Amino acid sequence: MVTLRRMLAYRGTGDRTTRILGLVTLALVAVTAWLGLVVSPPDKVQGQLVRLIYVHPAAATACYVGFGLCALASLAYLWPRTRSRSWDRLAAASAEIGVVFCVLTLVTGSIWGRPAWGVWWTWDARLTLTALLLAVFLGYLALRRTGGDPDSRAKRCAVVAVVCALLVPVDHEATTWWQTLHQGNTILRPNPLIHGWQLLTMLISFVTYGFLFAWLLVHRYRVEVLEDRFEDEGYDVAIAERRAEGGVVTAGPSPVLSESLSVSTQKAGQT
Amino acid sequence: MWRDALVVGAKDLRVEMHSRVTTTQVAPYAILVLLLFGFAFDQNHAILSQAAPGLFWIAVLLCSMLAVQRSFAVEAADGARDGLRLSGLDPAGIFLGKAAAVALQLLILEVVLGLGIAVLFGTSFHDPALLLLSAAAATVGLASAGTLYGMVAAGLRVRETLLPLLVLPVVAPVLLGATQAWMAALGLTTADGWRWMTLLVSFAAIYVTFGVLSFSVLVEEA
Repeated sequence: MVTLRRMLAYRGTGDRTTRILGLVTLALVAVTAWLGLVVSPPDKVQGQLVRLIYVHPAAATACYVGFGLCALASLAYLWPRTRSRSWDRLAAASAEIGVVFCVLTLVTGSIWGRPAWGVWWTWDARLTLTALLLAVFLGYLALRRTGGDPDSRAKRCAVVAVVCALLVPVDHEATTWWQTLHQGNTILRPNPLIHGWQLLTMLISFVTYGFLFAWLLVHRYRVEVLEDRFEDEGYDVAIAERRAEGGVVTAGPSPVLSESLSVSTQKAGQT
Repeated sequence: MWRDALVVGAKDLRVEMHSRVTTTQVAPYAILVLLLFGFAFDQNHAILSQAAPGLFWIAVLLCSMLAVQRSFAVEAADGARDGLRLSGLDPAGIFLGKAAAVALQLLILEVVLGLGIAVLFGTSFHDPALLLLSAAAATVGLASAGTLYGMVAAGLRVRETLLPLLVLPVVAPVLLGATQAWMAALGLTTADGWRWMTLLVSFAAIYVTFGVLSFSVLVEEA
């Protein structure tokens, strides 16, 4: 991790496009916060609690998108004609971001549930399935950390991701298929349950989370690229350094990785 | 595929009959789990009797972890996994054979555990058809999901700790469906237990299908 941090400090994962994307995301977060906290009125039934609707459903949607994208990228990896490490990296990045948004969904839902239902948690179909979704993708992330041959690991992870993602449509439809305490669809119905500023703010919150998801995904994907390079080239760098100690000069890997590894080696030597 | 499944399943069962790990270690472990539940609930007969289906299926889940780990541990020694890969057997057949062997061992354990809850928790059985059919569907689901994930974790250094983390959340619907079906079959609720059969059969069908389709990728990489 020290090495990776050095690499990021040296070059980072950002560029002009991601900085613009980040600034747009930041502006959208500010607009959503202003609309959600100042402009939109409190609800007749739920009062101020309704403001959580500008955080919770968008987080849940981002979670579904993350896991869905992970499954699609995994299918693309499993299909021999489209097999590429890029799909595996995309699956890894989107699953991790999906897990972050899944935790956010559960936490905001629990905060909403306490005043609305009187409990932090209830064994409702939607809540239970979301918790299961988090658990299966935590298992997926644990599998990704097992090391070994990258291609072998990618295939195992791709199979697991596709199985895990089967839960996503079940979780989404839980409020339709079962009698649940959790409310059903708010917008995706013939007569949406909210109108005016509330509806507009909620729709903008989805756009904001979409941009936030994209910004996180680009950076996380690039970290995956760096980690892969570290795995691929780290061994060569170590050998080149040992040879250099013995006075044998050989062609090494890229200067960026070489320098970062040297820094980490020196630091490890000092400690 | 079916012939290969028969070959692999018979091989696993023969290995099991020689080593007798299921009868000498897993079955006593299952009974021990039931006894520990008794201690945990302070031998409260009313609670134990009411919770018997859930406790039974938790014990089965824990045993299924041991059975699946055992099923792939026998392939770890002496390069047996390489032998399996190079044998030319259909990967789908290998999956079905290994899953069938695990399922058969689980069914035997369920008989032992069923006798255990009848004796220890004072459970009585009301609807044998629902009891047996839901147990069969749940067992197929557990064995197929366990075998699929067992192959995913095979060969990894952390397989013992990783396998429960991968499998237990995935098989939670089986725990839910089988427990609810058994609640009805044991006369502990008036709700219709047959509707849970849909969940159990769907789960088993999904994992058998997915295992058959994906095992070639996993066998190649194990």
